[in-house]
Amino acid sequence: MLSLEVKNLCCIRDDRVLFDNLSFNVFSGQALLLEGQNGSGKSSLLKILCGFREPDAGEVLWRGVEINNGTFFEQMAYVGHLDGVKKELTVLENLKIATALGKPGHYSIEETLEKVYLSGYDDVLVQSLSAGQKRRLSLARLLITDNKLWILDEPFTSLDKEGIAIFEALMVDHIAREGMVVLTSHHDITLHGIDVQTIRLA
Amino acid sequence: MTLSNAFIAIIRRDLVLAYRRRAEVANPLLFFVLVITLFPLGLGAQTKLLQAMAPGIIWIAALLAAMLSLDSLFRSDFDDGSLEQFILSPHPLSVLILAKIVAHWLVTGLPLLLISPLLAIFLGMPEQSVPVLLWTLLLGTPVLSLIGSIGVALTVGLRRGGMILALLVLPLYIPVLIFAGNAVEMAGSGLPVGAQLNILAAILFAALVLAPLPAAAALKMSMNG
Repeated sequence: MLSLEVKNLCCIRDDRVLFDNLSFNVFSGQALLLEGQNGSGKSSLLKILCGFREPDAGEVLWRGVEINNGTFFEQMAYVGHLDGVKKELTVLENLKIATALGKPGHYSIEETLEKVYLSGYDDVLVQSLSAGQKRRLSLARLLITDNKLWILDEPFTSLDKEGIAIFEALMVDHIAREGMVVLTSHHDITLHGIDVQTIRLA
Repeated sequence: MTLSNAFIAIIRRDLVLAYRRRAEVANPLLFFVLVITLFPLGLGAQTKLLQAMAPGIIWIAALLAAMLSLDSLFRSDFDDGSLEQFILSPHPLSVLILAKIVAHWLVTGLPLLLISPLLAIFLGMPEQSVPVLLWTLLLGTPVLSLIGSIGVALTVGLRRGGMILALLVLPLYIPVLIFAGNAVEMAGSGLPVGAQLNILAAILFAALVLAPLPAAAALKMSMNG
């Protein structure tokens, strides 16, 4: 069983303690929802989980090993505030780069595009997609690479109701296949039949 | 996917991007040509003086053109989040960065190299100097991209990093400028230039191995904002 363990994490930003002594575990088949107001440190916590930021105290362990030393980066995928797609490239070219950077995963590029309702857009430049379609493309990256842990910062931004429902179904599907998800969201999420932990950052 | 696939995929990606942003990419080349063509006009009909100054003029213009193009190395990847994905890739970041630098040189350094014989003739450079000029540019301009990558990686997170970038990078460019300029000048007087070219090659290989590592570390630091 895979596990992400966070032990006594502390984050200080501009002399302000965002959180201190934060500990939690996430296991495969689970989701973790981070709640809190703007500026409460949700994004900073996710950045620490991704290794972008060093924690001011505490540690993050993936399968019992420090994230910087193990196989963590082969098994995680992150979608943040920025879409991480190139607007001068086509949808297909963007996904090909994503697979080259990681390992090909469960779904082929075609299947993935079908899953996020972008089939037929292969050769369209990303700059001519709508904001919601761009978001769906960046979420498609989660499906084409081989990963267990999804770290998502506000994944529902600019998605419409349908988009949110599609993506919730994909998350349920991922978690059911022994995956795990850590996310922040201002929207209410409904993940049917999934064990969702909620942590509120003050 | 293997590392070599990722390396090639990034080079291909950056070349496609450069092709789709042709106007932007052509700027440094245009700058290079403009600066050099203005010198004969500014100096008037002093062929001897121009001839003597030609190696220096071409190399200083190349150096400034390289500086001008540096910011584009990581800027758009930083702004749209692609860099986050590079850092999260299981492949070593320094190798991925090296791929970006190679692509950057192919787009900004190689065109300077290709147009320089024409400009050398404009300036009345002696014929036997032109091959040496090409050699120095071939060995020297990749060093400019490699060393520059460290400076850009350090300043990409800053809002106005342009001036700091110049201060950081220019002093490190000076050895290249000295040896390259000297080699072309010597070649003009028919003297051997093996030593200078060997030193330039040594600088290139050292930079090839040593530059991507600090650049990767600096980029990670820039992400920690």
